[in-house]
Amino acid sequence: MSDLTKLTLKAAIDGLKAKTFSSTELTNAFIGAIETANPALNAYVETTFDKARAQAAASDAKLAKGEGGALEGAPLGIKDLYCTAGVRTTACSGILENFVPTYESTVTQNLWDQGAVMLGKLNMDEFAMGSSNETSKWGNVVNPWKSRGSNAELTPGGSSGGSAAAVAADLCLAATASDTGGSIRQPAAFTGTVGIKPTYGRCSRYGMVAFASSLDQAGPITKTVEDAAIMLQAMCSHDVKDSTSLDLAIPDFSSFIGKSVKGLRIGIPDEYRLDGIPAEIDALWEQGIAWLKDAGAEIVRISLPHTKYALPCYYIIAPAEASSNLARYDGMRFGHRAEGVTSLTDTYELSRSEGFGKEVKRRIMIGTYVLSAGFYDAYYVKALKVRRRIAEDFTKAFQACDVILTPATPSAAFELGDQAKAADPVQMYLNDVFTVTTNLAGLPGLSVPAGLDSQGLPLGLQVIGKALDEGTVLNIASVLERAAGFSAKPSKWW
Amino acid sequence: MTNTASPLDSGRVADPSKLIQGRTGPWEIVMGLEVHAQVASNTKLFSGAKVGFGAGPNEQVSLVDAAMPGMLPVLNKYCVEQAVKTGLGLKAEINRFSRFDRKNYFYPDLPQGYQISQLFHPIVGEGEVLVERDDGSSFTVRIERLHLEQDAGKSIHDLDPNATYVDLNRAGTALMEIVSKPDLRSSDEAVAYFKKLRTILVYLGTCDGDMEKGNMRADCNVSVRRPGEKFGTRCEIKNVNSFRFMQQAIEFEARRQIEILEDGGTIEQETRLFDAVKVETRSMRSKEEAHDYRYFPDPDLLPVELEEAWIESIRQHLVELPDDKKARFISQYGLSAYDAQVLISEQARADYYEAAAKGRDAKLVANWVTNELLARLAKDGHEIVDSPLPPAHIAGLVELIETNVISSKIAKTVFEHMWEGKGIMTPAEIVEQHGLKQVTDTGAIEKAVDEIIAANPDKAAEVALKPQALGWFVGQVMKATGGKANPAAVNELLKAKLGV
Repeated sequence: MSDLTKLTLKAAIDGLKAKTFSSTELTNAFIGAIETANPALNAYVETTFDKARAQAAASDAKLAKGEGGALEGAPLGIKDLYCTAGVRTTACSGILENFVPTYESTVTQNLWDQGAVMLGKLNMDEFAMGSSNETSKWGNVVNPWKSRGSNAELTPGGSSGGSAAAVAADLCLAATASDTGGSIRQPAAFTGTVGIKPTYGRCSRYGMVAFASSLDQAGPITKTVEDAAIMLQAMCSHDVKDSTSLDLAIPDFSSFIGKSVKGLRIGIPDEYRLDGIPAEIDALWEQGIAWLKDAGAEIVRISLPHTKYALPCYYIIAPAEASSNLARYDGMRFGHRAEGVTSLTDTYELSRSEGFGKEVKRRIMIGTYVLSAGFYDAYYVKALKVRRRIAEDFTKAFQACDVILTPATPSAAFELGDQAKAADPVQMYLNDVFTVTTNLAGLPGLSVPAGLDSQGLPLGLQVIGKALDEGTVLNIASVLERAAGFSAKPSKWW
Repeated sequence: MTNTASPLDSGRVADPSKLIQGRTGPWEIVMGLEVHAQVASNTKLFSGAKVGFGAGPNEQVSLVDAAMPGMLPVLNKYCVEQAVKTGLGLKAEINRFSRFDRKNYFYPDLPQGYQISQLFHPIVGEGEVLVERDDGSSFTVRIERLHLEQDAGKSIHDLDPNATYVDLNRAGTALMEIVSKPDLRSSDEAVAYFKKLRTILVYLGTCDGDMEKGNMRADCNVSVRRPGEKFGTRCEIKNVNSFRFMQQAIEFEARRQIEILEDGGTIEQETRLFDAVKVETRSMRSKEEAHDYRYFPDPDLLPVELEEAWIESIRQHLVELPDDKKARFISQYGLSAYDAQVLISEQARADYYEAAAKGRDAKLVANWVTNELLARLAKDGHEIVDSPLPPAHIAGLVELIETNVISSKIAKTVFEHMWEGKGIMTPAEIVEQHGLKQVTDTGAIEKAVDEIIAANPDKAAEVALKPQALGWFVGQVMKATGGKANPAAVNELLKAKLGV
């Protein structure tokens, strides 16, 4: 039998249903692949192979009877941000290094309810704060892709770097990820995979370790757009345990795949043409426009005038919320607690100082600062106003178009240990320049691989939709995917 | 000092008798209260965990209360209803839009590292409370706002010399913080206001008012000024949980501030604690040490938008409030304002009274409930709920008086027996058993009258000249009949026989 790990999620589900192979065979294939690859790629921070085999056996029993859910027997990887009952969940932070939840996140519970198999927990930037996966307590993930003729290790992007790398290297059929400012779409773009962040509120945040509550949203990273539709379908649900989860019907996402885009209006925002962006990115964008035009869509120039304020706005709101969300990691009830201290203040200071990494501390300090008396109005309140302007920009733009097409990232995957980015966090933050706007506006955004740059590295295009219109986003993305005919895979060096 | 009044100054001035005499002249207290009242609810404000007194340590703690990673708050609708109900009871503005904010600070009994409260958009706005003084006069206290917030857990420092224990049972319990404007001008007024607020909440069923369990406590913002001048700097006394402590804490604090001012010093704004053992307030933290709470809207919760119809349905089902009940008692039962006030001050008293007064002489019932029953209960520190006598027995006693079966005087004896018997026998049974029935048989009374007149001819002659002397004969007849003779019949017979 050919390598089962190379299958798409859709093909695997079909194969399982047709009993072409069993979930046990499929699961074992992935376990073998992970054992081989993980020492090199570091995508998984925790493997749950025994659990996976047990789940696979249970799925096989169901499949044998012609029963089972939409994901029955499909082995998945889970970002370490999702609390998984009985399985260590650290958000890749030292402060949670030994934390084993007694409860399951709603998103992962939805997956298990549909019959999915858990291979393990995937690496990420600490508390999802980072764009290169280098802030993980457990070391960075290595991108399976390499520049042509170079042996340098590249970042898979972040924060869902483990999810993206695992999908790209065939270490799972698909993976859960999460996106606060671009953490699904940027790694997807860097690894030639598909990543979608749905409308804020589509997925429950219950049991997801919080970074910035008003921006965090779950979503999948997959091999194809159709796979993204299947995964998203299973992940979404209304949840009374999350007050911000939407009590709305969820459409059949797969039904949008491959539909005609004739007559759909594609918005091209002037403000996304940035100085200093590689020509290849612009060229790919033009190519995407041309593909959609060829498919019968109408191209519309639009303006999103407040785009340039999005990053500063994001880097006030996200750290502000984070500084408060991360206050619960105080060494009192769970997680890391400093030893040999006697006073309460020392316990707090040392536990947090030892437990949190540098980037997390930086953001806690920024967040604390912008919420402080005397600065609150100037920073936080102002940022909320800007956020409203950004959302209004989209509302206006969507009167003239149905979806928006932009590049996903301002560059292809860069080298790990990039000194310029390490020295200047703002350089790193610029990775999110095309993606943060949709988080601020709560809109769905998807990154689809559309081509390779001159170094042979994948590049992605981003499709942004109206609120709740993931269907059209998936539709457009599926057409781009087919037009691009993207089938490149990283050559296996591990 | 200038005379520019604070916009918060209602213009109220203290009763001159309530001014505090310092070495250099009189001073007036200016004060507002922040009252924390635990919402009467079976479950917590943002988690499904149970609320209850007496559970073992940390037995009523959900994953949300313990702030485990990924846990989210979900607003308890019943607590919102209770807050709205309270707002209506305080004749306050119900805000159609309100929102929750995070108040950030670290403490081991605050698992989230922030308290969810309402700073920017409270659920209830301005209202007012009419407060009665002991002398029957009244004054109005303006309510600034009422907001919902979470309580913290409990840190226990005295179980172990080297460790602090934390009990999170209370963590996340719903509180209403009711903030008054600085309209109080003496410790008496503060206590009267706190009592009235408690009465209203207990009537509404939105707080059980149990101060011993800490379910109602107050922060007192105390300042002093020269009468009529502008407000002074205030100090906040935290967590006062009894009427007596409130009185003591305010009196101490006012005198402390006056002494400083009279010595030429200035008052530093600070938070102080009341030590009930030493009867003094002590500095807890100064303004400089005050936390920067970094309030911001809680992104885990949606704003609360209330519909008019929902508020209206709560308004329709509102119980009769103390002020309305008092007015009704005065008009319906013909009670004095004083008696009505005594009876309505506790819902249970009012209910007891109304049960007893049904079909009886309402004023007479009021006298027996307030003068006898409540007085007797108060001797043992009890309230009406502790009464061994059911309302039917007070009604029965009054009925015996009304139907001339016993006199008012004998009724006191009957009440003694009722009290001693702890409600086992009805008043009618007691009268029967002890033979206390009033004698209205004129034959028997006449016999006694004749005998006494015959035995005292001098006195009889005296009555003709001095009709007041008749009283002596009444007393003698009553004595002879063991007090059971109907006094009216005795009077009548004596008058006839003695020709008065």
